[in-house]
Amino acid sequence: MNASITFYTIAIILVIVSFVKDKQKTKFALIKAYKSFMGLMPSLIAMVIFVGLLLTFVSPNTIGKVLGEDSGIFGIINGLLIGSIAMMPGFIAFPLGANLLKAGAGYAQVAGFLGTLMAVGVSTIFLEMKFFKKKTTIYRNILAFIGSIVFAIVIGMVM
Amino acid sequence: MKFIKKYKLSLFFILIVIIVYINSPENGKNIIKLATNDFKTMLLTIPPIFILIGLMDVWIKKEIFIKHMGEDSGFKGIMWAFILGTIGAGPTYGAFPVAALLIKKGARIAYAIFFLGIWSAVKLPLVIFESTAMGIKFTTIHIVIMVLTYLLGSFAIEKLLSKESKDELIENAKRITE
Repeated sequence: MNASITFYTIAIILVIVSFVKDKQKTKFALIKAYKSFMGLMPSLIAMVIFVGLLLTFVSPNTIGKVLGEDSGIFGIINGLLIGSIAMMPGFIAFPLGANLLKAGAGYAQVAGFLGTLMAVGVSTIFLEMKFFKKKTTIYRNILAFIGSIVFAIVIGMVM
Repeated sequence: MKFIKKYKLSLFFILIVIIVYINSPENGKNIIKLATNDFKTMLLTIPPIFILIGLMDVWIKKEIFIKHMGEDSGFKGIMWAFILGTIGAGPTYGAFPVAALLIKKGARIAYAIFFLGIWSAVKLPLVIFESTAMGIKFTTIHIVIMVLTYLLGSFAIEKLLSKESKDELIENAKRITE
């Protein structure tokens, strides 16, 4: 919650500064913010319900088996692979990660999952190729996968 | 009608929750509890982010950033790629067109890839969610490792690309952002 207090403070200060400089622009910015927020609402509601459903029916035992603290290197690989394929926004993914930990998953395994979830995009690879062509896209995703492996290993060592 | 169309996925999930509730009130209650808790967290966290993005949108012109990210911009170009990436909002595929636009406007390819990496892994709104949910230590390690990976990796990728591939990339960026 501390992070969000910081952001509220910064946002309020900047709105005041902006308002003093230019009322019209500030109004425009706030309308934009409101519109993006309301635009996000449908997927937001759908996703919180989806995560609620998922976490109610996927038992802690299953998660324990796939990403459990004792699942070792295979658990990390599971996490890396699931994260590469799955697609969900960060504001769903990180609370999910915290819940996975509570359900008995290991830190390194969850790190692998979250690492690739954020950085590797198997489900968006064709879209990425449209913008960056085949080579660059594949290089970038391999790079992101390697970074996620390192991240999982480091987390496994220090947490 | 517009409302139903917009919220069709939510309504579909609500329907499932109702069916679950009828069959097992205990499971139904659990889903509602989990969903409302997550929803409250989000309602508290998201508004300031969107306000900041709105402000940046009206005050900072994109062209100004792009000018500073060219082939000879050096460390400054990396810094700008980093800043642009961290203020990103939305899913990674939202960054693809922005990165393509950067390339089209003459930004160095390595910086565009670096920007994409920063956007995907360490954009500010994400950092807030991550540090709230996973803790500061976890988040810091995540940021440091991904930044280092992309810092080294984006230049490596640029090196691996032939002159033809680079030209193709620039041509493609021009075509796709028309």
